Amino acid sequence: MEIGADAHTNRSLLQLPRMTRWRLALVATALLLSLPVLVILGSLALPFSPVWHHLIETVLSDYVVNSLLLMAGVGAGTFLLGVSMAWLVAMCEFPGRRLFSWALLLPMAMPAYIIAYTYTGMLDFSGPLQSWLRDSFGWRYGDYWFPQIRSLGGAICMLSLVLYPYVYLLARTAFAAQSTALLEASRSLGLGAGRTFFSVGLPMARPAIAGGVSLALMETLADFGTVDYFGVSAFTTGIFRTWYGLGELNTAAQLSSFLLLFVFTLFAIERSSRGRMRFHHAATRGQVTRIQLQGWRQIVCTAAAACVVLAGFALPATQLLLWAAGPGSAQFDAAFFALAGNTFMLAALASCCCLGVALLLAYGKRLHPHRVETVAVRTAAMGYAVPGTVIAVGVLVPFAWLDNQVDGFLREHFGISSGLLLSGSLAALVFAYLVRFLAVSLQSVEAGLARIRPSLDDSARSLGASPASVLRRVHVPMLRASLLSALLLVFVDVLKELPATLILRPFNFNTLAVRTYELASDERLVDAAAPALAIVLIGLLPVILLNRGARAGNE
Amino acid sequence: MNEMPRQLELQSVSVNYGDVVAAKDISFGLGAGEIGCLLGPSGCGKTTLLRAIAGFEPVSAGSISLHGELISSPSHNVPPEQRRVGMVFQDFALFPHLSIEDNVGFGLRTLARRERRRRVEELLELVGLGDFHARFPHELSGGQQQRVALARALAPEPEIILLDEPFSSLDSALRETLAVEVRALLKARNVTAVLVTHDQHEAFAMADSITLLNEGEIVQSDSAYNLYHHPRTRFAAAFIGDGALLTLTAADDKQWLPEIGLSPDSETGHPEPGALVQVLVRPEDVVYDPQSRVQLTVLRRAFRGAEFLYTLALPDGQQVQCLASSQVDVATGEALPVRFNQRHIVLL
Repeated sequence: MEIGADAHTNRSLLQLPRMTRWRLALVATALLLSLPVLVILGSLALPFSPVWHHLIETVLSDYVVNSLLLMAGVGAGTFLLGVSMAWLVAMCEFPGRRLFSWALLLPMAMPAYIIAYTYTGMLDFSGPLQSWLRDSFGWRYGDYWFPQIRSLGGAICMLSLVLYPYVYLLARTAFAAQSTALLEASRSLGLGAGRTFFSVGLPMARPAIAGGVSLALMETLADFGTVDYFGVSAFTTGIFRTWYGLGELNTAAQLSSFLLLFVFTLFAIERSSRGRMRFHHAATRGQVTRIQLQGWRQIVCTAAAACVVLAGFALPATQLLLWAAGPGSAQFDAAFFALAGNTFMLAALASCCCLGVALLLAYGKRLHPHRVETVAVRTAAMGYAVPGTVIAVGVLVPFAWLDNQVDGFLREHFGISSGLLLSGSLAALVFAYLVRFLAVSLQSVEAGLARIRPSLDDSARSLGASPASVLRRVHVPMLRASLLSALLLVFVDVLKELPATLILRPFNFNTLAVRTYELASDERLVDAAAPALAIVLIGLLPVILLNRGARAGNE
Repeated sequence: MNEMPRQLELQSVSVNYGDVVAAKDISFGLGAGEIGCLLGPSGCGKTTLLRAIAGFEPVSAGSISLHGELISSPSHNVPPEQRRVGMVFQDFALFPHLSIEDNVGFGLRTLARRERRRRVEELLELVGLGDFHARFPHELSGGQQQRVALARALAPEPEIILLDEPFSSLDSALRETLAVEVRALLKARNVTAVLVTHDQHEAFAMADSITLLNEGEIVQSDSAYNLYHHPRTRFAAAFIGDGALLTLTAADDKQWLPEIGLSPDSETGHPEPGALVQVLVRPEDVVYDPQSRVQLTVLRRAFRGAEFLYTLALPDGQQVQCLASSQVDVATGEALPVRFNQRHIVLL
């Protein structure tokens, strides 16, 4: 065939063999996407500025200690809430169990910073609870002690309330997959239900629980909104302040690289626990026989589960609803819809970009599942573990450098200034989202692709379709559901994202999340309710999706 | 070089996966309209070869040409979509999101709409599924899916059709009829085809010539008849058909085992006295004969309806099998009078 012979004799870059072209595209994309992380790690090689002296003397120990305490607290909180709820739902029968089995996932829809504002509004001095206490007992300011919600302890509570579903979800699956035969064997050897849980059930679910807790801790380290609002000096707020307040971009990058070390440790724990999970799942599964709870135990279980759902979702959501619908607030006005439109446009753009890149990477890897491709894809997906603040700094550094170079070049040769082309543009923001959320869409796409038999690819190829055309004519139509869920998940994640947006957004460009943050920071909690509520409501979509997936998996 | 090129020609083809040699130094060819078969146990490299012909695996040595055109060599690999090679897959690989009509028309993108419809129509008629246009693959039975897969592979009028274990996911009753049907269909359209299978009956039913493979190498390329009656290696003898391989010492150049009348003939040649020889005895070569002096003890017997398969002991302790009509009912431990059918005894 002439085509083959041509490619053989005349090799320009465009006429490289297909395989090489896919591979080049894959590696280039992976490199580009890991640029922010590389920049952050590379910043350690730069000289440390005098600001470091100042940091070490004043705030650095606060950052480290607070971040560690926060991790310890949230780790314990998510463990307790997640494991106990998972065990109740998976192993016990009590009124409302089916309802709670999905309702316990609802707090996932609630970004931590939003629950923090809401509780602050509810529990503050002027909030409904304290006002009611004062009215009922005739107390005045200073007459009584009330726990200060805006504190490290408060932040731990807030984060635990919205992050425990990670542990709950993984532990529930693990408990449900455990062989009843093993548990019955333990009972027949004389251990009670309680001791069976501690000596058999819990150890077998350990990898899943470790995985869930490390995910929750990664989110904790990434959190900016809660700690910032509560005035807790943690790493993320420190990085933000170093750049925003002190204007020290390099120092912010160096601080970020220390935070990354924490994150990578957790990441490694999560990875290795995932590997061990397969081993623990080998046991065969019998018919589930849940413990039928009786009398007061039933009531306690139902009440406990209800409390968690109330505290983690129902109460704050109701409060937001009351504020948003309440008097004296023209909440859903033209400005709100402009804001929502802005946000949706940005989220749609980012999720489409993520989907495109995810398809490129996943399909490239499917075409040539060799080491280069595998490593490239895994590297590109690493950003999900990296806090948004860190990614924002990692994007800002190279983009600002590039802007300065271009600007300098134009000034020197043409006497004009280009100003800031990339940094502070929507492109920079979308790129940061791409780095942070690619893994989400990649996972959806890869899972979908894995379900398509390779013989379908071969069959289409032998019928004359090129690799790109196989993707378009076979995979994309077959993957429609996976692709939609990939779009939706990234869309919602972008919608909720705060720190990266805050740092990278173009001047005067607002999203729902940023507006919520700004209003709440100005103590205009009631006004913040409308954008916050919008975020929570849209955040419910992936929870519904997740719940449907879990149910399909069970059947 | 003025003779007509063969439709398919493999010359010293080797395929490696990393350090593993999946196929080594394979040469064979097919003329236009011929149906060839790659036969062998799983892991013998037959599917690898098929995928190399289709262009899914690069060759590490040798060359493959189609209709005189080089399509595979270590330095030159025409992508699968440009080869004009049709393939029918083991799992049929029908596109679940497309109707039967669109499945068959998948490879006809370059045709005008009307021409495409006509071709799809014609092929569906050909495989006897004229009324199934609008159905979807999951609504069809296994046999029907198989026929759609064949129609789809034939639609772009490829230079050659490759069939990868095409009947293995069907039940055995359907297999036989479909194999005959498919052969008739390919022959009627004068299509060149390569079939890959581990099932010798499928190979016998479909193929004009069979290439027997083991551990990546060709064992024997021959007609079905010759593979059965004249296997050239122990492997071929053991893989194809039933039978016993006896190790015998030639008593003299006339007799191997005088007491049972097993002797060399013109076909086997005459061995040196005292030489060790191996002889393949098929069950149908040991014939029940009430007149025979040779009486062998029955060790086991298996009732197969129309016949008994007897396992008999030779005087030296080796065993042979005998296929006798099920009227011949001899109990285990008793003696069965038999005669050895000289013509089919094969010396290795």
